Amino acid sequence: MVQVDYYIALSAVLFVIGTLGVLTGGNPLIIFMSIELMLNAANLAFVAFASMHETFSGQIFVFFVIAVAAAEVAVGLAMIVEIFKSRRNINVDEVNSLKG
Amino acid sequence: MNSDLIVFLVLSLVSIAAALGMLFSRNAVYSALFLVLNFSTVAVFYILLGAPFIAMAQITVYAGAIMVLFLFVIMLLGAENLPSTKALPWQRPLAVILAVVLAVEALYLLLSRASSDAVITAPDASVNTVENLREMAMTLFNQYLLPFEVTSVLLLVALIGAIVLTRKEKGGQK
Repeated sequence: MVQVDYYIALSAVLFVIGTLGVLTGGNPLIIFMSIELMLNAANLAFVAFASMHETFSGQIFVFFVIAVAAAEVAVGLAMIVEIFKSRRNINVDEVNSLKG
Repeated sequence: MNSDLIVFLVLSLVSIAAALGMLFSRNAVYSALFLVLNFSTVAVFYILLGAPFIAMAQITVYAGAIMVLFLFVIMLLGAENLPSTKALPWQRPLAVILAVVLAVEALYLLLSRASSDAVITAPDASVNTVENLREMAMTLFNQYLLPFEVTSVLLLVALIGAIVLTRKEKGGQK
């Protein structure tokens, strides 16, 4: 028996680590991975609550989150590749104009 | 201390260590591999919580497809050792302060609403049967059919968007 609070606490810890990665990172690939970590932390909370209430809705939300994350990664990585090809540099602090 | 709790604590230690490793490793390839480890431990949590289908989706889609895409892009760009150019001086301390604020907030919420009666027992064997999966599919395709269709359109749009973004202009020098 594990209290549901423990799962929520773990989820919160992972979410905070992901936030730290987004706020500090200069490398957009690390920022993207941190966003994945945050989505994953939210998923863990969803499944924990679904298990607590014994319903499938939480698990189905996780299913949707995974699909949206896949879409986000496809578009985001395509943008990173394009920016790198045109500028040879993908540091987010220096890529600060929309003109390629 | 029962066995479920021990498994939970060990796995959560591995999970948090992998997340920190992702954040602090110098090489982006190592970061991606640490993230795969984190996703795998979370998949084990899903199994413990009685969600075997989500666990398999986690392994195949997240740890498999998405992270392979990450590794591919990292190696394609040769971005595994980006020089840490002069970061803005106030950025790092501010980020740490904000993260601490967020952590304190989460801790406060958790402690103020902690309910010791909501426990999750190990799922009984019925969770892993086909019946369980069938019930979940019924929920998905009856109650959540519209969001499911919207998700498929979203994936299609993302696919087309990625292709358009990386396409070579016809004839033009890109």
